[in-house]
Parts: sequence; structure tokens; C-alpha cells
Amino acid sequence: MTPRAVRRHRFVQVGLVLACLGAGACRRSSPSMLHPAGSEARRVAGLWWLMFGLAAGVYAIVGGFIVFAVVRGRRTEGGKPSRISDSAFVWWGGIIVPVIILMVLAVETVSATAALRKPDSRALKVEVVGKRWWWQVTYPGQGITTANEIHIPAGQPVEIGLDSDNVIHSFWVPQLAGKVDMIPGQHNVLRFTAGTPGTYKGACAEFCGLEHGLMRFVVIVDPPDGFGRWVARNQLTPAVDTEQASEGQIVFNRETCAGCHTIKGTQAQGKVGPDLTDFGSRTMIGAATVPNDPQHLQQWITDAQSIKRGVLMPPVPLSSRDAQAVVAYLESLR
Amino acid sequence: MAVTEARSLSDDPPAELQAELDEVWEDAPGLIGFFSSVDHKRIGMRYIYTAFAFFFVSGLTALVMRAQLATPNGNVVGPETYNELFTMHGTTMIFLFNTPVLAGFGNYLIPLQLGTRDMAFPRLNAFSYWIFLFSGLFMYSSYFFGRPPDGGWFAYVPLTGKTYTPGINMDFWGLGVIFVGVSTTVGAINFIVTIFKLRCPGMSLNRMPMFVWSMLVFSLMVIFAVPAVTLAAVLVELDRLFGTAFFNPAAGGSTLLYQHLFWFWGHPEVYILFVPATGMVSMIIPVFSRRPLSGYIWVATALVAVGFISFGVWVHHMFATGIPALALAFFSSVSLLITIPSGVQFFAWIATMWKGKVVLTTPMLFSIGFLLIFLLGGITGVMVAVLPFDWQVTDSYFVVAHFHYVLNGAVVFPIFGAIYYWMPKMTGRMLSERLGKISFWVMFIGFNVSFFPMHILGFLGMPRRVWTYGPGLGWDGLNLLSTIGGFAFGLGTGLTLVNFAWSRARGAPAGPDPWKADSLEWAISSPPPDYNFLAIPVVAGRHPLWEQQPLPTLESGDDEATRALGPSGAVARGTPVTSGIDSQPETTLTIPQETYVPLVLAIGLTAFFVGLIIDAALVGILGVGFAVLGVVWWTWRTDMDLA
Repeated sequence: MTPRAVRRHRFVQVGLVLACLGAGACRRSSPSMLHPAGSEARRVAGLWWLMFGLAAGVYAIVGGFIVFAVVRGRRTEGGKPSRISDSAFVWWGGIIVPVIILMVLAVETVSATAALRKPDSRALKVEVVGKRWWWQVTYPGQGITTANEIHIPAGQPVEIGLDSDNVIHSFWVPQLAGKVDMIPGQHNVLRFTAGTPGTYKGACAEFCGLEHGLMRFVVIVDPPDGFGRWVARNQLTPAVDTEQASEGQIVFNRETCAGCHTIKGTQAQGKVGPDLTDFGSRTMIGAATVPNDPQHLQQWITDAQSIKRGVLMPPVPLSSRDAQAVVAYLESLR
Repeated sequence: MAVTEARSLSDDPPAELQAELDEVWEDAPGLIGFFSSVDHKRIGMRYIYTAFAFFFVSGLTALVMRAQLATPNGNVVGPETYNELFTMHGTTMIFLFNTPVLAGFGNYLIPLQLGTRDMAFPRLNAFSYWIFLFSGLFMYSSYFFGRPPDGGWFAYVPLTGKTYTPGINMDFWGLGVIFVGVSTTVGAINFIVTIFKLRCPGMSLNRMPMFVWSMLVFSLMVIFAVPAVTLAAVLVELDRLFGTAFFNPAAGGSTLLYQHLFWFWGHPEVYILFVPATGMVSMIIPVFSRRPLSGYIWVATALVAVGFISFGVWVHHMFATGIPALALAFFSSVSLLITIPSGVQFFAWIATMWKGKVVLTTPMLFSIGFLLIFLLGGITGVMVAVLPFDWQVTDSYFVVAHFHYVLNGAVVFPIFGAIYYWMPKMTGRMLSERLGKISFWVMFIGFNVSFFPMHILGFLGMPRRVWTYGPGLGWDGLNLLSTIGGFAFGLGTGLTLVNFAWSRARGAPAGPDPWKADSLEWAISSPPPDYNFLAIPVVAGRHPLWEQQPLPTLESGDDEATRALGPSGAVARGTPVTSGIDSQPETTLTIPQETYVPLVLAIGLTAFFVGLIIDAALVGILGVGFAVLGVVWWTWRTDMDLA
């Protein structure tokens, strides 16, 4: 970081601590846009602290004017004469000072806008398609398809193509970048570089129907070598290694599951629901609704509605033995 | 024109004249008069009462939402109900409370402030009210026909298309919006004509009260903006009911087209609501600062400037849609620019108080509360105009905080101030100052406790319109706080409702001019007589009651131009028509008798929309037939009325 960037970073941190004390509510686990971990979020957080400073000053001064104006003439009959003319109030308070502040903001707006979302030939390309109510994620260069958990490398620019084949959604990971809508019939692109490795919460930000509230996801920023390993592992076809899991595979293909879900290298090639090829390595199920563990998974398979009302996956009536086998099979896919 | 300076306008006329006036102006008693009245004051009151009924219903829906969000994984309502609640909350507040309540104040006050005896088109006025009432009931009847609309008050396609919302619930929204637009549009035309043609002699444009200016800008904006949302809703309904594909990308339609149409109305609409609220504040602050408004010309110019600029900012609602950055930069700059006229108004108010002697009555408290809230809402408004910042905060709770500071704080607070200020004129009884002040403080504190934390929730990544959220995100405490504040705010508004009820029963008599105000409505008794002004006043400045005591009035002349000016105009149900700029008497307008025609026409149109929604061609055709009959009757009767 340049000294200026360091100074800005410190300023941001000090401001953040103050704001958190004020709010009494910040936690490291918040997906806070003021704890930036990506290039765009960092630039915008800087912009915010600039605006916050200006805003606090303006509010204090103008608010002071209001309060003083109210009390000033109260004791005097008919008000107190003033040497400041009406037009001086209007010119200075209403025009000259605002114009100066707005010009500063306009310059900052243009320079930040010009610096952000720039194409980069080294960028890793990821395609995300908004579904009701989950996220389909593909890596065209790597031949990987997954859902609801997006792995990207730290330090490398990424270019996320955003589409929808149904209603409008919006892709938002506050700690990494601002929003970009996913609009049917239109291809949008979000470009940024993630800085710090970690797991960052994202959510759909455009109202998209019944379960808009539970349309979440995570972005996992891996260290560069970690991302390489993740890619390599996901390019392999998962092996089924226990007896219960292979029984689960048979059930999976026999029941309705395979009609909707794809598991690479098997006869399950459905395109309606999320691709489950790397399901066992995901941390959450139901678009980041509940943790991915055997209990939740079994409940999800037999009655997804009970976890996420309105989910488009129908209940699958399985015997307890079959359900456990399917759970074992899916958890083995990693 | 013979000018007299005889008696005060608030005195009763002599007994025999009074009998004659009653005969001419009084509505028939009971229900007959209720359904046929065209009196702008009765219609204005109905607008205000009906709008407030919707306000309290819609406020309760907001409290249910806040209860649901008070805790993580809340269980008060499910996603279906939550989505319906926020859709109906937004739709109601914009279409059925804010716009009509301002139209109500405009209806009641503008003829009084202009010194005339009614609106230019009294029957159109009655029609406009009935349409407002029926369209509101139409939208709310969705609760009885299955489910209410649930696609958001902004009703973005394709979510609101037939594929993703197959039920009739969104049709209630689409048809309701088209329907209520009829009311808003004819109301606006009525205001414009009234303001340009019915001002009393001497009231040139540059002497009009600022509230009249604000309603003029409101009306002009309505006329240019509402067709866009009507078109958007018509295209949605054509797609839904008749299978067209305006918004279906698979068939060559465009989803973004809808957003352009919607926001081409939607952003001016924000100012349509805000401008009259500032007009109210510009009336209240000078009266309680005991001096004229500073920078009258500045403020009037600022209102007009806001009206123009607001039509160039709609894309700032679409910053995240992937429109090229160069285009967005233009809309970002224009959105910054609109700060200037608001700043001008703001400092005109400050200067007024600075140089005057502020009296802290309840209406003034609401106005000062408005200043403090609007200052913050305006500042966050500048922030969201900054393109990269908006990418982060749009559709987050930061924006929910911002627009409630502007649309609730900066519009509802002036409206409550206006209730305390003008209700004594309307009912003849004062509201309790003591309870009013308590109501103000509860509302002011509740408002800030409710909406300020939402800014921080936005920073912490909480998206809008989510029906629930998980624990451990740092959102719990702030949401709980916001809920507590919301209930306090609701309580504060309820206190004003109690105050109003108390005032109707026991309030002190107001007298003609309880506030020692400057504009013409305070020259006549409270509540005003049916004919408003027995003789038309003639004004010589911006503050007739401060500058001209006693207020001169006019005598009726013998020719067409001056016949309506004096008491014989009142006896003949006439009011003078004056020239557009300098208010010279030109001719006489006869105010129509009470009539059922507007109601018949409104019922016909309602039947047409009901026919569309229940898919019954016969009902629709009957409705159109009924409406046509109403129009024919309306035009037919005109000559007879005037004879």
C-alpha cells in the first residue's frame, strides 16, 4: 500500500471504530460494506468516509443555524434585526457553499466511477445466473459448475457475468463490491479484485418474489494456491466410496432427484435445480439458509418447504433408510 | 370596480341576505347532499379524512412488518404475507395517502387563499374524489378476493407478469394505479385552471401564497409525470390480461423499458409529494416567525426549478441495472444539482426565523422538526446520487432510511403541522396545543429511533424487502430498536387522532384568525360559509391580512366582468374569472348546483375496472355504458345549470 492508502486505511479504521461505538452493533460477522475486502468496496468505503465527514459538518452547521434562528429573536418583540440580508442567506447557504461541496463530490464520483469495474485481460471469468431462489455458478474456463458458493482467488481480478432466465435479481456482496442487477434478456458484468482471503456473505438485493429474503450466497476468497487446489479438485469426477453412498446414488437416480439435478459423471443430468457435483464441500444448503449437515440435509430432501417456504423443490417421500443413503451419497460428493 | 372597506369579511351578512344565500348555496340535507355536493370544502375534507383512513391502515401494516423484523427468524408473518404488506404499504402511502391528502388540502385551501368561491370545475372536483375513494376501495377489495398484490409497490416486471404472478392480485395493483391516476390527473387540471383564472383581483402571480405556488408546481408535475406510470401499468395489464409481450424479452420485449417508464413518473412523484409539503412549511414558518417569508421570489423560483430538474433524474433509481457508466454519470450529476433549489428554500426558511420572533406553537414545532429531518434526508439524498456509493447502498436499508426521512419525515411532518394549523379553520375548533406538542415529541423521537438505525443496517449489508434475517449478522439490536421507534411513531400519530376527536367535541372556538396569519383564508369565519366570500376581496400585496386592515372588498358591477365580485355574485352562485397574470376581472363563472353526475360517472368507471378484474365482459361493458351516460348527462345538464 502507498503511504496515502495506508493513511486512508487508518482513517477508515478509526472512523469505523467510532461508528461502531456509536451504533454498538458492529460485529466482525456482519457483511459490512465498511469492512471492505475487495477493490470496489474499499474505494466506496473511502468515498463514504469523505462524505460522512462533509455530511457531519454540514448537519452540525446547518442544524446549528436552525436552532440559533429559532432561539435568536424569541425574547425580542417583533424579532431581532439582522445585518445579514435575505439574499446573503440564500446565496451563501443555498447556493455557493452547496455548489462547492457538490463539485467536490462530482469530481470524486467521476474519478471513482472511472477507476472501478474496468476490464482486465487477466480476469478470472465466472458466470452467475440468478434462479428462484438460488444462484447457479459456472467457471467457463475451468469447466466447473456449482451453486450458491463462489470461490475466487485473492489478488486476481475477477469478471462476474450476471444473468437471469426468470425474474430480476441483484448480486450483492457488500464487503467486495456494489450491486449489479441480473436482468432477463441482458448480460451484465461486475469486475473487481478481492483482497483478503475469507468467506463473505452475499444476498439478492432486488425483490424477486416469495423467497427473496432467503436468497443468499457466500463468496469464498481463497489464497491463490488454495483456489488452484479447489479448481483441480472440482475438475475431477467425485468417487463414491462407501456402500451406503452407492446405495444412495441408486436411490438418487431412481427417484425424482436426477430429473432436476446434475452430478457430473453420473446419469443425473437434470438442469432445473442446482448442480450437486461438489455438494459435500459446500458449507450451507438452500442458498445459504441452513448449515450443510446430515440432519438439515435429510430434512431438506424429504420436506424442503419446512426449511424454506415456497422453495420450488418438491418434497421427496423417501423411507428413512433411503433418505439416509441419499444424504450419505450427497455428503460424499467433494 | 367599486372598492368598499366596510365590514370585516368574517361578519355574518344581514338576516334576509343570509336566508337567500342559504337557499342558493346550502347542500341538500343528509345523504342526498352528501352524494351530490360539489362544494370544494366538503370535498377537500373528504379527501383529507379518506386519505388519513388509508394512512392509519397503512401505518398498521408497517407496524406488523416491524414486528416481524424485530427479532431474527421472526415468526409473526410468513413471506407471502410480508410481501403483501410491504407492497400495500408503499402503494397506499404513495397513491392513497400522500398524493390525495395534499390534493385535499389544496382543494380546501386554494379557493380560500385565492379569494374565490369554489374551484374552477366543481363537478370535476367531486368526480376526482369519488374516483380516489373507489380506486382505493378497489385495491383494498383484493383482501376479500383472495390475495392482495405482492409484487412490490414498484411492481417490476417480469416478476409481476402472468408467468411469475399468475393470480389476480397484481391486477388489483395495475388496474388500481391506472384508475387512481384518473383522479390525480383531473384534480391537477382543476388546480391549474383555478390558480390561473380564479385569483381575486389584485392577486398577481407574484402575490400568490407559497402554498398555492407549490400546488401549481405539484399539478404541472402531475400532468407530465402520471401518464408515464399509467402507460407502464397499462402495458403490464395488456401483457397480463391480453398476452402482449411489451416486457417479455423472449418475445422481443424489454424489462428495462418498464423501469424507465415507472421511474420517469416515480422520481418526479417524490417531488410531487414533497413540493406541497414545503409549500405548507412556507406558510407556517413566516406566520410563527411573525414576519414575511424571506426571499419569496427565490422560493417560488426554487419550486419551479425543482419541478423541472426532477424530470431529469429518474435513472438514479436504476444505477445498478448495467446502463453504461457515461449515461449514469449524467444522471448522477443532475441528481446532485437538484440539491441547489432545496438549499435555497432551506436557507429562506432559516432567514425567516433568524430575523423574526419564533413562536413555538404545535404547527411550528412540526415545521422545525421537518427542517431537522429533511436536512438529514437531503444529505443522504446527495450521497445516493454519488454513483459508486449508490451501487453499495441501493436496495439496502440505507435507502429505506433515506426515503423515509424524505417521504415520511419531510412530508408527513408538514402535513401534521398543516393539520394543527388549518384544522381550526376547517372545523372551527382548536386542537389541544398541549396534546399536540406531546404528539410531536413522541412522533419526532419515535421517527428518529425507528429510521436512523436503518442507515447503519444498510451499511451492515441488510437488503430491502427481506421478510426475515438470520442471527449473528449484527442486525438484531438495530432492528429491535427500529421496531420500538416505529411503534412510538405510531403512538404519536394516534395522539393527534385523539386530539382531533377531542377537538371536534370540546375544542375551543377558533374564531376567524387564531394564528394572526396573513393569507385570505383567515379573513373569513371558521368554518367558512358555503359561499366563502360574500364579497370578493381585493389584495394589494403578498400578505393581505397583515398589510390591509380592514381588508377591502368589491361591489358587484353591472357588466359581465364585474357582476360576480360583490354580494350579488354570491347570491347568484357566481365567482369572478380574472386574467391569468395580473388578475383583472374578465367575466363571471357560474358554480354548478349539486349533482349526482360525477358519482354516476365514477360508478360507471368503477364497474368497468371491476369487469376487467373479474374477467366479466358484461360488467365492463355495462360500466362503460354507465360512464358514457354520465358524460352525456354531464354535458347535457351544463346549459340548464347555468341558466
